[in-house]
Amino acid sequence: MIRIENLKKSYKNIQALKGVGFRVPAGELFAYLGPNGAGKTTTIRILTGLTRRSGGNAWLNGFNIEKEELLAKRQFGLVMQSINLDQELTVFENLDIHGRLFNIASDERKKKIDELLEYVDLIDRKDSLVKQLSGGMKRRLMIARALVHSPEILFLDEPTVGLDADIRRRIWGLIKKIQRTGATIFLTTHYIEEAEFLADRVAFLDEGKIVIIDTPQRLMSQTGAWAIDRMDGDRMETVCFRTRQEADTFIAKQKESYTLRRVNLEDSFLLLTGKKVQC
Amino acid sequence: MLNGFTAVFLREILILKRRFKRQILSMSVSPLLYLIAFGYAMGDAARFDGHTYMEFLIPGLVAMSSMTQAFAIGTDINVARFYWHIFEEFQAAPISNAAYVAGEVLAGMTRALISVAVILIIGLFFKVTLNYYNPLFWLAVGLNSFLFASLAVGLAMLVKSHADQSLLTSFVITPMAFLGGTFFPVDRLPVWAAKIIFLLPLTHASKAIRQTAFGASPGCFSYLLLTAIGIILFLLALKCVGQARD
Ligand SMILES: Nc1ncnc2c1ncn2[C@@H]1O[C@H](COP(=O)(O)OP(=O)(O)O)[C@@H](O)[C@H]1O
Ligand SMILES: [Mg+2]
Repeated sequence: MIRIENLKKSYKNIQALKGVGFRVPAGELFAYLGPNGAGKTTTIRILTGLTRRSGGNAWLNGFNIEKEELLAKRQFGLVMQSINLDQELTVFENLDIHGRLFNIASDERKKKIDELLEYVDLIDRKDSLVKQLSGGMKRRLMIARALVHSPEILFLDEPTVGLDADIRRRIWGLIKKIQRTGATIFLTTHYIEEAEFLADRVAFLDEGKIVIIDTPQRLMSQTGAWAIDRMDGDRMETVCFRTRQEADTFIAKQKESYTLRRVNLEDSFLLLTGKKVQC
Repeated sequence: MLNGFTAVFLREILILKRRFKRQILSMSVSPLLYLIAFGYAMGDAARFDGHTYMEFLIPGLVAMSSMTQAFAIGTDINVARFYWHIFEEFQAAPISNAAYVAGEVLAGMTRALISVAVILIIGLFFKVTLNYYNPLFWLAVGLNSFLFASLAVGLAMLVKSHADQSLLTSFVITPMAFLGGTFFPVDRLPVWAAKIIFLLPLTHASKAIRQTAFGASPGCFSYLLLTAIGIILFLLALKCVGQARD
Protein backbone atom coordinates (compact mmCIF):
# COMPACT_ATOMS: atom_id res chain seq x y z
CA MET A 1 0.00 0.00 0.00
CA ILE A 2 1.29 3.43 -0.96
CA ARG A 3 -0.19 6.59 0.48
CA ILE A 4 0.92 10.05 -0.55
CA GLU A 5 -0.45 13.35 0.71
CA ASN A 6 0.19 16.75 -0.81
CA LEU A 7 3.73 15.89 -1.83
CA LYS A 8 5.81 18.86 -2.95
CA LYS A 9 9.28 19.29 -4.28
CA SER A 10 11.09 22.43 -5.40
CA TYR A 11 14.56 22.51 -6.85
CA LYS A 12 16.29 25.88 -6.93
CA ASN A 13 14.01 27.50 -9.47
CA ILE A 14 11.72 24.66 -10.54
CA GLN A 15 8.65 23.37 -8.76
CA ALA A 16 8.84 19.74 -9.80
CA LEU A 17 5.90 18.56 -7.68
CA LYS A 18 3.08 20.91 -6.75
CA GLY A 19 1.11 18.90 -4.20
CA VAL A 20 0.53 15.34 -5.33
CA GLY A 21 -1.68 12.93 -3.43
CA PHE A 22 -3.07 9.44 -4.04
CA ARG A 23 -3.29 5.91 -2.66
CA VAL A 24 -2.30 2.67 -4.30
CA PRO A 25 -3.97 -0.31 -2.62
CA ALA A 26 -2.03 -3.55 -2.10
CA GLY A 27 -1.74 -5.73 -5.18
CA GLU A 28 -2.55 -2.98 -7.67
CA LEU A 29 -0.50 -2.19 -10.75
CA PHE A 30 -0.54 1.57 -10.81
CA ALA A 31 0.82 3.47 -13.79
CA TYR A 32 2.10 6.98 -13.29
CA LEU A 33 1.93 8.52 -16.69
CA GLY A 34 3.23 11.82 -17.93
CA PRO A 35 5.50 13.56 -20.42
CA ASN A 36 9.22 14.02 -19.80
CA GLY A 37 9.82 16.41 -16.94
CA ALA A 38 6.36 15.89 -15.41
CA GLY A 39 7.85 14.83 -12.06
CA LYS A 40 7.54 11.04 -12.23
CA THR A 41 11.12 10.25 -11.26
CA THR A 42 11.06 12.93 -8.57
CA THR A 43 8.03 11.23 -6.97
CA ILE A 44 9.78 7.85 -6.91
CA ARG A 45 13.03 9.35 -5.62
CA ILE A 46 11.20 10.96 -2.69
CA LEU A 47 9.31 7.78 -1.83
CA THR A 48 12.50 5.73 -1.85
CA GLY A 49 14.66 8.11 0.18
CA LEU A 50 16.90 9.36 -2.64
CA THR A 51 15.56 12.90 -2.64
CA ARG A 52 14.32 15.10 0.16
CA ARG A 53 10.76 16.34 -0.17
CA SER A 54 9.87 20.01 0.30
CA GLY A 55 6.42 19.32 1.70
CA GLY A 56 3.68 16.76 2.26
CA ASN A 57 3.99 13.23 3.53
CA ALA A 58 4.03 9.62 2.43
CA TRP A 59 3.65 6.10 3.84
CA LEU A 60 4.68 2.74 2.44
CA ASN A 61 2.66 -0.13 3.91
CA GLY A 62 1.83 2.28 6.72
CA PHE A 63 5.44 3.23 7.51
CA ASN A 64 6.23 6.91 7.28
CA ILE A 65 9.06 7.48 4.82
CA GLU A 66 10.88 9.81 7.18
CA LYS A 67 9.96 8.89 10.75
CA GLU A 68 10.19 5.16 10.08
CA GLU A 69 12.71 5.41 7.30
CA LEU A 70 14.49 2.08 7.71
CA LEU A 71 11.22 0.15 8.02
CA ALA A 72 9.75 1.99 5.05
CA LYS A 73 12.85 1.06 3.05
CA ARG A 74 12.27 -2.63 3.73
CA GLN A 75 8.89 -2.47 1.98
CA PHE A 76 10.00 -1.78 -1.59
CA GLY A 77 12.23 -2.84 -4.42
CA LEU A 78 13.44 -0.15 -6.77
CA VAL A 79 14.28 -0.23 -10.46
CA MET A 80 15.56 3.15 -11.56
CA GLN A 81 15.26 4.69 -14.98
CA SER A 82 19.01 4.67 -15.68
CA ILE A 83 21.09 1.53 -15.33
CA ASN A 84 22.66 1.50 -11.86
CA LEU A 85 24.45 -1.81 -11.70
CA ASP A 86 28.05 -2.49 -10.71
CA GLN A 87 29.47 -3.04 -14.17
CA GLU A 88 32.76 -4.45 -12.95
CA LEU A 89 31.09 -7.09 -10.82
CA THR A 90 29.32 -10.26 -11.92
CA VAL A 91 25.58 -10.80 -12.13
CA PHE A 92 25.72 -12.91 -8.97
CA GLU A 93 27.82 -10.39 -7.05
CA ASN A 94 25.38 -7.59 -7.84
CA LEU A 95 22.51 -9.60 -6.44
CA ASP A 96 24.51 -10.91 -3.51
CA ILE A 97 25.51 -7.46 -2.32
CA HIS A 98 21.91 -6.36 -2.52
CA GLY A 99 20.88 -9.35 -0.40
CA ARG A 100 23.52 -8.49 2.17
CA LEU A 101 22.26 -4.90 2.35
CA PHE A 102 18.93 -6.36 3.42
CA ASN A 103 20.58 -8.72 5.86
CA ILE A 104 19.33 -11.90 4.23
CA ALA A 105 21.00 -15.01 5.60
CA SER A 106 23.59 -16.64 3.36
CA ASP A 107 21.71 -19.86 2.45
CA GLU A 108 18.47 -18.09 1.82
CA ARG A 109 20.26 -15.45 -0.24
CA LYS A 110 21.91 -17.98 -2.52
CA LYS A 111 18.67 -19.87 -3.03
CA LYS A 112 16.70 -16.73 -3.76
CA ILE A 113 19.30 -15.49 -6.25
CA ASP A 114 19.21 -18.73 -8.24
CA GLU A 115 15.44 -18.68 -8.19
CA LEU A 116 15.33 -15.08 -9.46
CA LEU A 117 17.93 -15.67 -12.15
CA GLU A 118 15.74 -18.50 -13.43
CA TYR A 119 12.76 -16.22 -13.20
CA VAL A 120 14.28 -13.45 -15.34
CA ASP A 121 16.04 -15.96 -17.56
CA LEU A 122 19.62 -15.01 -16.73
CA ILE A 123 20.73 -18.15 -14.92
CA ASP A 124 23.33 -19.01 -17.56
CA ARG A 125 24.85 -15.52 -17.15
CA LYS A 126 25.23 -15.85 -13.39
CA ASP A 127 29.01 -15.40 -13.43
CA SER A 128 29.24 -12.97 -16.35
CA LEU A 129 30.46 -9.46 -15.72
CA VAL A 130 27.57 -7.03 -15.95
CA LYS A 131 29.35 -4.90 -18.55
CA GLN A 132 29.14 -7.86 -20.95
CA LEU A 133 25.33 -7.98 -20.83
CA SER A 134 22.97 -6.44 -23.37
CA GLY A 135 20.62 -3.58 -22.47
CA GLY A 136 17.62 -5.87 -22.09
CA MET A 137 19.56 -8.26 -19.86
CA LYS A 138 20.74 -5.42 -17.64
CA ARG A 139 17.16 -4.27 -17.27
CA ARG A 140 16.07 -7.79 -16.28
CA LEU A 141 18.94 -8.00 -13.84
CA MET A 142 17.85 -4.72 -12.25
CA ILE A 143 14.35 -6.13 -11.83
CA ALA A 144 15.76 -9.33 -10.30
CA ARG A 145 17.91 -7.29 -7.93
CA ALA A 146 14.89 -5.32 -6.76
CA LEU A 147 13.17 -8.61 -5.87
CA VAL A 148 15.99 -10.27 -3.90
CA HIS A 149 14.52 -9.19 -0.55
CA SER A 150 10.96 -10.14 -1.59
CA PRO A 151 9.48 -6.64 -1.28
CA GLU A 152 5.73 -6.08 -1.24
CA ILE A 153 6.01 -2.92 -3.30
CA LEU A 154 7.94 -2.58 -6.54
CA PHE A 155 8.86 0.80 -8.03
CA LEU A 156 9.65 0.69 -11.72
CA ASP A 157 10.81 3.97 -13.27
CA GLU A 158 10.40 3.76 -17.04
CA PRO A 159 11.39 0.10 -17.09
CA THR A 160 11.34 -0.26 -20.87
CA VAL A 161 12.77 3.06 -21.98
CA GLY A 162 15.23 2.67 -24.83
CA LEU A 163 14.51 -1.03 -25.39
CA ASP A 164 13.47 -2.69 -28.66
CA ALA A 165 9.80 -3.52 -29.10
CA ASP A 166 10.21 -7.28 -28.62
CA ILE A 167 12.36 -6.86 -25.49
CA ARG A 168 9.86 -4.38 -24.17
CA ARG A 169 7.10 -6.97 -24.53
CA ARG A 170 9.23 -9.48 -22.70
CA ILE A 171 9.63 -7.06 -19.79
CA TRP A 172 5.88 -6.44 -19.79
CA GLY A 173 5.35 -10.17 -19.44
CA LEU A 174 7.75 -10.19 -16.52
CA ILE A 175 5.95 -7.29 -14.83
CA LYS A 176 2.58 -9.07 -15.20
CA LYS A 177 4.14 -12.19 -13.74
CA ILE A 178 5.41 -10.24 -10.72
CA GLN A 179 2.00 -8.69 -10.18
CA ARG A 180 0.42 -12.15 -10.05
CA THR A 181 2.53 -12.87 -6.95
CA GLY A 182 0.51 -10.20 -5.15
CA ALA A 183 3.02 -7.35 -5.32
CA THR A 184 1.95 -3.73 -5.48
CA ILE A 185 3.55 -2.22 -8.56
CA PHE A 186 4.15 1.48 -9.11
CA LEU A 187 5.23 2.02 -12.67
CA THR A 188 6.11 5.26 -14.37
CA THR A 189 6.12 5.52 -18.11
CA HIS A 190 5.70 7.92 -20.95
CA TYR A 191 4.70 5.08 -23.26
CA ILE A 192 0.94 5.19 -23.32
CA GLU A 193 0.49 1.67 -24.64
CA GLU A 194 2.57 0.38 -21.74
CA ALA A 195 0.12 1.83 -19.23
CA GLU A 196 -2.85 0.74 -21.31
CA PHE A 197 -1.59 -2.84 -21.49
CA LEU A 198 -0.40 -3.24 -17.90
CA ALA A 199 -2.19 -0.94 -15.52
CA ASP A 200 -5.15 -1.50 -13.23
CA ARG A 201 -5.27 2.26 -12.74
CA VAL A 202 -3.42 5.19 -14.24
CA ALA A 203 -2.64 8.66 -12.98
CA PHE A 204 -1.90 11.43 -15.46
CA LEU A 205 0.81 13.69 -14.16
CA ASP A 206 1.46 16.98 -15.88
CA GLU A 207 3.84 19.71 -14.71
CA GLY A 208 3.96 18.38 -11.18
CA LYS A 209 0.20 17.98 -10.78
CA ILE A 210 -2.12 15.05 -11.09
CA VAL A 211 -4.71 15.70 -13.75
CA ILE A 212 -6.82 12.60 -13.21
CA ILE A 213 -6.68 9.10 -11.74
CA ASP A 214 -8.85 6.27 -13.04
CA THR A 215 -8.85 2.88 -14.72
CA PRO A 216 -7.71 2.88 -18.35
CA GLN A 217 -11.07 1.45 -19.43
CA ARG A 218 -13.10 4.19 -17.76
CA LEU A 219 -10.81 6.94 -19.02
CA MET A 220 -11.06 5.66 -22.56
CA SER A 221 -14.79 5.12 -22.46
CA GLN A 222 -15.25 8.69 -21.20
CA THR A 223 -13.20 9.87 -24.13
CA GLY A 224 -15.26 7.85 -26.59
CA ALA A 225 -15.02 4.62 -28.52
CA TRP A 226 -13.73 5.65 -31.92
CA ALA A 227 -11.11 8.17 -32.96
CA ILE A 228 -10.32 9.74 -36.30
CA ASP A 229 -6.91 11.19 -37.03
CA ARG A 230 -7.03 13.66 -39.87
CA MET A 231 -5.00 16.49 -41.28
CA ASP A 232 -6.27 19.94 -40.44
CA GLY A 233 -4.15 22.17 -42.64
CA ASP A 234 -0.61 21.05 -41.83
CA ARG A 235 -1.49 19.91 -38.31
CA MET A 236 -2.74 16.50 -37.30
CA GLU A 237 -5.96 16.50 -35.36
CA THR A 238 -7.75 13.75 -33.48
CA VAL A 239 -11.51 13.71 -33.05
CA CYS A 240 -13.23 11.20 -30.75
CA PHE A 241 -16.73 9.75 -31.04
CA ARG A 242 -19.01 7.78 -28.75
CA THR A 243 -20.40 5.53 -31.46
CA ARG A 244 -19.34 4.17 -34.83
CA GLN A 245 -22.38 5.85 -36.33
CA GLU A 246 -21.23 9.32 -35.24
CA ALA A 247 -17.80 8.57 -36.63
CA ASP A 248 -19.27 7.48 -39.94
CA THR A 249 -21.29 10.65 -40.24
CA PHE A 250 -18.11 12.63 -39.66
CA ILE A 251 -16.20 10.58 -42.23
CA ALA A 252 -18.85 11.23 -44.84
CA LYS A 253 -17.94 14.92 -44.65
CA GLN A 254 -14.16 14.31 -44.98
CA LYS A 255 -12.31 15.47 -48.07
CA GLU A 256 -8.74 14.80 -46.94
CA SER A 257 -7.34 11.42 -45.97
CA TYR A 258 -8.00 10.13 -42.46
CA THR A 259 -7.60 7.06 -40.23
CA LEU A 260 -10.34 5.54 -38.15
CA ARG A 261 -9.30 3.57 -35.07
CA ARG A 262 -10.35 2.68 -31.51
CA VAL A 263 -9.83 5.31 -28.83
CA ASN A 264 -6.66 4.85 -26.78
CA LEU A 265 -5.28 6.35 -23.57
CA GLU A 266 -3.29 8.89 -25.53
CA ASP A 267 -6.57 10.41 -26.72
CA SER A 268 -7.79 10.68 -23.13
CA PHE A 269 -4.60 12.38 -22.09
CA LEU A 270 -4.79 14.77 -25.01
CA LEU A 271 -8.37 15.62 -24.20
CA LEU A 272 -7.59 16.26 -20.52
CA THR A 273 -4.36 18.23 -20.89
CA GLY A 274 -4.28 19.42 -24.47
CA LYS A 275 -0.83 17.77 -24.63
CA LYS A 276 0.69 14.66 -26.03
CA VAL A 277 2.47 12.32 -23.63
CA GLN A 278 4.93 11.06 -26.18
CA CYS A 279 6.93 13.49 -28.20
CA MET B 1 22.99 -0.50 13.75
CA LEU B 2 25.78 -1.65 11.46
CA ASN B 3 23.45 -3.89 9.41
CA GLY B 4 24.57 -3.85 5.80
CA PHE B 5 28.06 -2.68 6.69
CA THR B 6 29.63 -5.84 5.25
CA ALA B 7 27.78 -5.33 1.97
CA VAL B 8 29.31 -1.87 1.54
CA PHE B 9 32.77 -3.13 2.46
CA LEU B 10 32.54 -6.31 0.41
CA ARG B 11 31.53 -4.40 -2.70
CA GLU B 12 34.63 -2.23 -2.53
CA ILE B 13 36.83 -5.25 -1.89
CA LEU B 14 35.38 -7.13 -4.87
CA ILE B 15 36.11 -4.16 -7.09
CA LEU B 16 39.59 -3.89 -5.64
CA LYS B 17 40.12 -7.59 -6.29
CA ARG B 18 39.05 -7.22 -9.92
CA ARG B 19 41.58 -4.42 -10.43
CA PHE B 20 44.22 -5.93 -8.21
CA LYS B 21 47.15 -6.10 -10.63
CA ARG B 22 46.60 -2.62 -12.00
CA GLN B 23 46.13 -1.33 -8.49
CA ILE B 24 49.36 -2.85 -7.20
CA LEU B 25 51.26 -1.48 -10.18
CA SER B 26 49.93 2.00 -9.66
CA MET B 27 50.69 1.81 -5.95
CA SER B 28 54.32 0.93 -6.79
CA VAL B 29 55.11 3.61 -9.33
CA SER B 30 55.57 6.72 -7.24
CA PRO B 31 57.41 5.08 -4.30
CA LEU B 32 59.78 3.47 -6.81
CA LEU B 33 60.44 6.76 -8.51
CA TYR B 34 61.07 8.57 -5.24
CA LEU B 35 63.42 5.87 -4.04
CA ILE B 36 65.38 5.77 -7.26
CA ALA B 37 65.46 9.53 -7.86
CA PHE B 38 66.03 10.78 -4.32
CA GLY B 39 67.20 7.73 -2.44
CA TYR B 40 70.05 6.90 -4.77
CA ALA B 41 70.84 10.52 -5.59
CA MET B 42 71.37 11.45 -1.96
CA GLY B 43 73.51 8.38 -1.40
CA ASP B 44 74.90 7.56 2.02
CA ALA B 45 76.61 10.89 2.55
CA ALA B 46 73.77 12.86 4.05
CA ARG B 47 72.52 11.57 7.41
CA PHE B 48 69.04 12.24 8.71
CA ASP B 49 68.47 11.45 12.37
CA GLY B 50 71.46 9.14 12.02
CA HIS B 51 69.95 7.24 9.06
CA THR B 52 70.60 7.23 5.33
CA TYR B 53 68.14 9.20 3.21
CA MET B 54 66.74 5.96 1.83
CA GLU B 55 65.91 4.83 5.36
CA PHE B 56 64.49 8.24 6.12
CA LEU B 57 62.38 8.23 2.99
CA ILE B 58 60.64 4.89 3.37
CA PRO B 59 58.60 5.73 6.51
CA GLY B 60 57.74 9.04 4.80
CA LEU B 61 56.47 7.14 1.78
CA VAL B 62 54.48 4.84 4.07
CA ALA B 63 52.81 7.89 5.61
CA MET B 64 52.18 9.48 2.24
CA SER B 65 50.86 6.37 0.55
CA SER B 66 48.56 5.40 3.39
CA MET B 67 47.14 8.90 3.18
CA THR B 68 46.67 9.06 -0.59
CA GLN B 69 45.34 5.52 -0.91
CA ALA B 70 42.89 5.95 1.97
CA PHE B 71 41.78 9.25 0.48
CA ALA B 72 41.36 7.65 -2.93
CA ILE B 73 38.26 5.85 -1.66
CA GLY B 74 36.61 9.24 -2.22
CA THR B 75 37.27 8.98 -5.94
CA ASP B 76 35.74 5.49 -6.03
CA ILE B 77 32.67 6.73 -4.20
CA ASN B 78 32.38 9.55 -6.67
CA VAL B 79 32.57 7.30 -9.68
CA ALA B 80 29.93 5.11 -8.05
CA ARG B 81 27.77 8.15 -7.37
CA PHE B 82 28.00 10.28 -10.49
CA TYR B 83 28.96 7.78 -13.15
CA TRP B 84 27.43 4.42 -12.26
CA HIS B 85 24.65 5.75 -9.97
CA ILE B 86 25.35 2.82 -7.65
CA PHE B 87 25.13 5.07 -4.63
CA GLU B 88 21.35 4.97 -5.12
CA GLU B 89 21.48 1.29 -4.10
CA PHE B 90 22.86 2.27 -0.71
CA GLN B 91 20.58 5.29 -0.32
CA ALA B 92 17.47 3.21 -0.93
CA ALA B 93 18.63 0.33 1.28
CA PRO B 94 17.55 0.01 4.93
CA ILE B 95 21.03 0.70 6.31
CA SER B 96 22.17 3.43 8.66
CA ASN B 97 24.59 6.18 7.70
CA ALA B 98 27.03 4.64 10.18
CA ALA B 99 26.97 1.31 8.34
CA TYR B 100 27.68 3.02 5.05
CA VAL B 101 30.49 5.22 6.35
CA ALA B 102 32.09 2.38 8.31
CA GLY B 103 32.06 0.14 5.24
CA GLU B 104 33.67 2.74 3.00
CA VAL B 105 36.22 3.86 5.61
CA LEU B 106 37.28 0.29 6.22
CA ALA B 107 37.64 -0.23 2.47
CA GLY B 108 39.83 2.89 2.29
CA MET B 109 41.95 1.59 5.16
CA THR B 110 42.33 -1.75 3.40
CA ARG B 111 43.67 0.00 0.29
CA ALA B 112 46.04 2.01 2.47
CA LEU B 113 47.36 -1.12 4.18
CA ILE B 114 47.95 -2.86 0.87
CA SER B 115 49.91 0.14 -0.41
CA VAL B 116 52.02 0.14 2.76
CA ALA B 117 52.81 -3.53 2.24
CA VAL B 118 53.84 -2.72 -1.32
CA ILE B 119 56.25 -0.04 -0.10
CA LEU B 120 57.78 -2.25 2.55
CA ILE B 121 58.36 -4.96 -0.06
CA ILE B 122 59.90 -2.44 -2.46
CA GLY B 123 62.05 -1.27 0.43
CA LEU B 124 63.41 -4.80 0.78
CA PHE B 125 64.72 -4.60 -2.79
CA PHE B 126 66.58 -1.47 -1.78
CA LYS B 127 67.93 -3.41 1.22
CA VAL B 128 66.04 -1.32 3.73
CA THR B 129 64.49 -3.13 6.66
CA LEU B 130 63.23 -1.13 9.56
CA ASN B 131 61.52 -2.01 12.76
CA TYR B 132 58.20 -3.09 11.22
CA TYR B 133 57.31 -5.48 14.02
CA ASN B 134 56.48 -2.60 16.28
CA PRO B 135 52.68 -2.55 16.76
CA LEU B 136 52.90 1.20 17.29
CA PHE B 137 54.16 1.52 13.72
CA TRP B 138 51.01 -0.17 12.47
CA LEU B 139 48.82 1.78 14.87
CA ALA B 140 50.14 5.02 13.37
CA VAL B 141 49.54 3.69 9.85
CA GLY B 142 46.02 2.63 10.85
CA LEU B 143 45.13 5.96 12.46
CA ASN B 144 46.49 7.87 9.50
CA SER B 145 44.44 5.87 7.02
CA PHE B 146 41.33 5.98 9.23
CA LEU B 147 41.59 9.76 9.38
CA PHE B 148 42.04 10.30 5.65
CA ALA B 149 39.47 7.68 4.64
CA SER B 150 36.92 9.41 6.90
CA LEU B 151 37.83 12.77 5.38
CA ALA B 152 37.44 11.32 1.89
CA VAL B 153 34.01 9.78 2.59
CA GLY B 154 32.72 13.04 4.09
CA LEU B 155 33.97 15.15 1.21
CA ALA B 156 32.71 12.65 -1.37
CA MET B 157 29.21 13.19 0.01
CA LEU B 158 29.49 16.97 -0.29
CA VAL B 159 30.98 17.38 -3.75
CA LYS B 160 28.59 17.94 -6.59
CA SER B 161 30.65 16.52 -9.42
CA HIS B 162 33.64 14.47 -10.34
CA ALA B 163 35.70 17.56 -11.18
CA ASP B 164 35.28 18.92 -7.63
CA GLN B 165 36.75 15.70 -6.34
CA SER B 166 40.01 15.99 -8.26
CA LEU B 167 40.23 19.64 -7.23
CA LEU B 168 40.18 18.49 -3.60
CA THR B 169 43.01 16.09 -4.23
CA SER B 170 45.20 18.77 -5.76
CA PHE B 171 44.47 21.38 -3.11
CA VAL B 172 44.40 19.25 0.03
CA ILE B 173 46.21 16.00 -0.49
CA THR B 174 49.09 16.88 -2.78
CA PRO B 175 50.35 19.84 -0.67
CA MET B 176 49.99 17.75 2.47
CA ALA B 177 51.93 14.92 0.85
CA PHE B 178 54.90 17.20 0.25
CA LEU B 179 54.79 19.21 3.43
CA GLY B 180 53.84 16.61 6.01
CA GLY B 181 57.36 15.58 6.97
CA THR B 182 57.48 12.93 4.30
CA PHE B 183 60.53 13.91 2.25
CA PHE B 184 62.52 16.11 4.59
CA PRO B 185 62.83 16.69 8.33
CA VAL B 186 60.42 19.38 9.46
CA ASP B 187 62.91 20.79 11.99
CA ARG B 188 65.13 22.14 9.21
CA LEU B 189 62.43 24.58 8.16
CA PRO B 190 62.08 28.19 9.32
CA VAL B 191 60.03 28.52 12.50
CA TRP B 192 56.90 29.98 10.86
CA ALA B 193 56.76 27.18 8.32
CA ALA B 194 57.35 24.53 10.95
CA LYS B 195 54.42 25.97 12.92
CA ILE B 196 52.04 25.64 10.01
CA ILE B 197 53.26 22.18 9.18
CA PHE B 198 52.82 21.15 12.80
CA LEU B 199 49.07 21.61 12.27
CA LEU B 200 48.88 19.06 9.46
CA PRO B 201 47.80 15.60 10.63
CA LEU B 202 50.17 13.97 8.16
CA THR B 203 53.12 15.59 9.93
CA HIS B 204 52.18 13.73 13.09
CA ALA B 205 51.54 10.49 11.25
CA SER B 206 54.89 10.54 9.46
CA LYS B 207 56.65 11.48 12.68
CA ALA B 208 55.11 8.59 14.58
CA ILE B 209 55.60 6.16 11.71
CA ARG B 210 59.25 7.18 11.31
CA GLN B 211 60.08 7.10 15.00
CA THR B 212 58.57 3.66 15.49
CA ALA B 213 60.26 2.37 12.32
CA PHE B 214 63.57 3.62 13.69
CA GLY B 215 62.93 1.85 16.97
CA ALA B 216 62.53 5.04 18.95
CA SER B 217 59.57 5.42 21.26
CA PRO B 218 57.17 8.02 19.95
CA GLY B 219 55.37 10.56 22.09
CA CYS B 220 51.72 9.82 22.73
CA PHE B 221 50.67 13.32 21.66
CA SER B 222 50.75 12.46 17.95
CA TYR B 223 48.60 9.38 18.55
CA LEU B 224 46.06 11.27 20.61
CA LEU B 225 45.86 14.01 18.02
CA LEU B 226 45.40 11.58 15.12
CA THR B 227 42.72 9.68 17.06
CA ALA B 228 40.86 12.87 17.93
CA ILE B 229 40.93 14.25 14.39
CA GLY B 230 39.99 10.82 13.01
CA ILE B 231 36.93 10.56 15.26
CA ILE B 232 35.81 14.08 14.42
CA LEU B 233 36.15 13.45 10.68
CA PHE B 234 34.29 10.14 10.99
CA LEU B 235 31.41 11.87 12.78
CA LEU B 236 31.36 14.62 10.18
CA ALA B 237 31.25 11.98 7.45
CA LEU B 238 28.15 10.51 9.13
CA LYS B 239 26.46 13.90 8.98
CA CYS B 240 27.45 14.38 5.36
CA VAL B 241 25.76 11.19 4.12
CA GLY B 242 22.35 12.81 4.59
CA GLN B 243 23.55 15.83 2.60
CA ALA B 244 24.11 13.68 -0.48
CA ARG B 245 20.35 13.65 -1.17
CA ASP B 246 19.26 16.33 -3.64
N1 LIG C 1 18.38 17.28 -9.32
C1 LIG C 1 17.61 18.17 -9.93
N2 LIG C 1 17.91 19.48 -9.89
C2 LIG C 1 17.13 20.39 -10.51
N3 LIG C 1 16.02 20.09 -11.19
C3 LIG C 1 15.66 18.81 -11.28
C4 LIG C 1 16.43 17.77 -10.66
N4 LIG C 1 15.82 16.59 -10.92
C5 LIG C 1 14.74 16.87 -11.67
N5 LIG C 1 14.63 18.20 -11.88
C6 LIG C 1 13.55 18.86 -12.62
O1 LIG C 1 12.31 18.49 -12.08
C7 LIG C 1 11.34 18.27 -13.09
C8 LIG C 1 10.78 16.87 -12.99
O2 LIG C 1 11.79 15.92 -13.33
P1 LIG C 1 11.58 14.37 -13.31
O3 LIG C 1 10.95 13.99 -12.02
O4 LIG C 1 12.87 13.74 -13.63
O5 LIG C 1 10.56 14.15 -14.51
P2 LIG C 1 10.11 12.81 -15.25
O6 LIG C 1 10.71 11.66 -14.54
O7 LIG C 1 8.63 12.84 -15.21
O8 LIG C 1 10.62 12.93 -16.65
C9 LIG C 1 12.03 18.56 -14.41
O9 LIG C 1 11.72 19.88 -14.78
C10 LIG C 1 13.48 18.42 -14.08
O10 LIG C 1 14.25 19.25 -14.90
MG1 LIG D 1 11.98 10.22 -15.28
